[in-house]
Amino acid sequence: MNIWPIHPLRGGVHPPECKTLSNQQPIQTAPLAKQLIVPLLQHLGCSTQALVSVGDDVLKGQLIADSKHFISAAVHAPSSGTVSFIGPQPYPHTSGQLLDAIVIDTDGLDRWCPLEPLANFKEATAAELLEKIRQAGISGLGGAGFPTVVKLSPKADQSIKTLIINGTECEPYITADDVLMREKATQLMLGIDILVHILQPENVLIAIEDNKPEALACVRSALQQRNYYVVAVPTIYPSGGERQLIQILTGKEVPAAQLPAQLGILCQNVGTVVAVHDAIIEGKPLISRITTLTGQALRTPMNVECLVGTPVLELLEFAGLQQAKMSRLIAGGPMMGFTLNALSAPIIKTSNCLLAATAEELPAPPPAMPCIRCGDCAEVCPANLLPQQLHFYALGDDHPQLQAHNLFDCIECGACAYVCPSSIPLVQYYRAAKADIRELEQKQVKSEHAKERFEFRQERLRLEEERKEAERQARAERLAKTKADQAKKAAQAEAAGQQASTADDDVKRLKIAASMAQVALRKAEKQLETHNTEELKSQIEQLRITAEQAKQALAAINAAAPTPAPSKPVDDDLKRLKIAASMAQVTLRKAEKQLATHNTEELQTQVEQLRVNAEQAKHALDAATAAAPTAVEAAGVTEKAAKPELSAAEQALKKAKIEVAMKRAALRKAERAEADAESLAALQTELTQAEQSLAELN
Amino acid sequence: MSMVFIAVTALVLLSLVFGAILGFAAVRFRVEGNPIAEQINALLPQTQCGQCGYPGCKPYAEAIASGEKINKCPPGGEATIQALAELLDVEPEPLDAVEGEKPQMVAFIREAECIGCTKCIQACPVDAILGAAKQMHTVIVSECTGCDLCVEPCPVDCIDMIPVAGTLQSWKWEHPLPPGTLIATDREALK
Repeated sequence: MNIWPIHPLRGGVHPPECKTLSNQQPIQTAPLAKQLIVPLLQHLGCSTQALVSVGDDVLKGQLIADSKHFISAAVHAPSSGTVSFIGPQPYPHTSGQLLDAIVIDTDGLDRWCPLEPLANFKEATAAELLEKIRQAGISGLGGAGFPTVVKLSPKADQSIKTLIINGTECEPYITADDVLMREKATQLMLGIDILVHILQPENVLIAIEDNKPEALACVRSALQQRNYYVVAVPTIYPSGGERQLIQILTGKEVPAAQLPAQLGILCQNVGTVVAVHDAIIEGKPLISRITTLTGQALRTPMNVECLVGTPVLELLEFAGLQQAKMSRLIAGGPMMGFTLNALSAPIIKTSNCLLAATAEELPAPPPAMPCIRCGDCAEVCPANLLPQQLHFYALGDDHPQLQAHNLFDCIECGACAYVCPSSIPLVQYYRAAKADIRELEQKQVKSEHAKERFEFRQERLRLEEERKEAERQARAERLAKTKADQAKKAAQAEAAGQQASTADDDVKRLKIAASMAQVALRKAEKQLETHNTEELKSQIEQLRITAEQAKQALAAINAAAPTPAPSKPVDDDLKRLKIAASMAQVTLRKAEKQLATHNTEELQTQVEQLRVNAEQAKHALDAATAAAPTAVEAAGVTEKAAKPELSAAEQALKKAKIEVAMKRAALRKAERAEADAESLAALQTELTQAEQSLAELN
Repeated sequence: MSMVFIAVTALVLLSLVFGAILGFAAVRFRVEGNPIAEQINALLPQTQCGQCGYPGCKPYAEAIASGEKINKCPPGGEATIQALAELLDVEPEPLDAVEGEKPQMVAFIREAECIGCTKCIQACPVDAILGAAKQMHTVIVSECTGCDLCVEPCPVDCIDMIPVAGTLQSWKWEHPLPPGTLIATDREALK
């Protein structure tokens, strides 16, 4: 037989084993419970989702809950029956919290669903076998309940050189693995064969504490020609811890925050290996386990093969529970287990022991006394930590120091608290401190996430605001442009209006002049009737021409007035007016001459009339000449005036906009540079001022 | 004389060399912004709730960096005050909040009563509310920081702040009583 060298564990304690209580009889089969409570989470990792609904009939071994997440394990119906409830149910946990579970009312028939056994696993590939293990929902049965398939799928850069099968079972009272190795050694060997087929390790070590000679003998006899090492490790608590066992068997320490796989080592509990055998060779999913029922409050302590989901109370009653004697029910062993308050909680995949202890057996811990710095704890710590220092740092909530002293390497084995002469519940301190640190870390992660989201939202709002601002500016620019256009048009219209009004005046005057000339003509004709001289005739002729011309001028200006280019008609009008005025002047002078020769009263009045006519014509001309250039000038001036005014406004607007943009850029820069609040505020006020002035301009 | 001259020259040269190195370092390794405000901001819970009187955690961090009190963050509570006191080397002060430290809350919209006004969506600093105009809104629980900024704008008061239910994963072991605070005869009374 091969001998494997072992490296004794540093530290550790020897608590009373009390294993003979339960390992004296073979494994019993627990009676089928009427109701099975199957929690959706029985392992480390993600919870599963129920695949059945209330009222569904399920068969034994049927998949009832699964998860798509890698680190998770499927859940199967432990027996046939009907799903009666899905929801919060008692759960074996210190907190006593409820957890979602599928409740199955069993029909007592235990009908299996069709199974797919694979007797010749050597023909299957590793991937096929792993898939079968995954489908069987196997998680570690030793205690932590890590999904086995995840452990069996090492990363590509890691190859497993040493496979360790952990049958040490170092914790007092628990004998589940002990009896399993005695009774199921052949299955264990086949299970190891399967793991070897999957992992192809160089060495396979089966570690069993030397306080289990029967188990050692059974395993050795089942070994046959296999090239595995069966190593009897010295009994010490906690030799069964994964890291401790690796240290005992290989002398290597798994570095902090690393996995054994990084050293090429893989550890599996014997119960898990048997479950792998059942899953592959028999096709059975993990629906039952071997649980130790022990403690002096039980009449017949024993190991039972019980279905997952069986209520704790039914199992204890099967083992002859004396409720009056029981002071504490512990799930797990006395060192690492926890007090279970709810007797209705079910057995789950990780429940390896139920310890119904009497008050004498597990007395309540005496009150803690102050630490006397004896150092016993440091001597027994299997993880080479300084429990005393950790205790003081935990008291002071000194998280950085706790982490510096490798609090997270503590396996919470309880050896330090076991030896503490002051009865300080050291592990409780470490658990609380670990939980605090984890909580803070989670909070930190959450706050980082919230910060990221907040900043992203701020950025999004800023971009949106910028876009809106740009649109607003564009709108304002458009508005200003249309305003300027309107102003231009208005100025043009005004100039045109002025011209029109002067033309109107001209027309009025011309009309007056024309009617006056007509009147003068008529009067001269009357005179001619009475006096009938040659001179008068020619005079009348002249007057007629004048009147005609005045009429023509009026017609011309009437025709010209609506034309859009007013300067030319104005010129024409002026010309005509000039002609009319000079004509009137000429007739006036002629009449005056006549008056000087004839000097009649009629002639005098006629001359007077003519003078008035001439004067009026002159006035009209003067007015027209005065109006024409002013109109033209006015048009020019308004045009000119509108232009510079507009450009000034535009320039101001542009300036203001540039200023706002510069201020904004400065503010942003300052923000990015995380300038102090004062300068930021100053920049902000400057920006708002600039924005205000811009708004005013707009 | 020459000794003195050499010594002076050596010192001058050394000071020039080190001055140049320091000058270069000052330019090359220049720290943008205020690093202490950044460190303070990292300790704040980032709920962006504004209960400190500042419009978010970063402005409060900047205010602390320039002398504001460290006890104005109710969501952070004592833990944040402790951490800030340690970082800034000042005395921790009791939390300055009327209602004291509150448990972690999460917003819950009574969806039947929601009228879809989007006001809460606009108020949420971390975009944790999902919905659209005239459509029912709901809170993304995993993103909610429990700042309760969404409660006030709701015109129909259909948002509740409920304490986050503890899960098995979030359950913590209690701290044991410090040694020496309980004597054997008291234990019976405690039971």
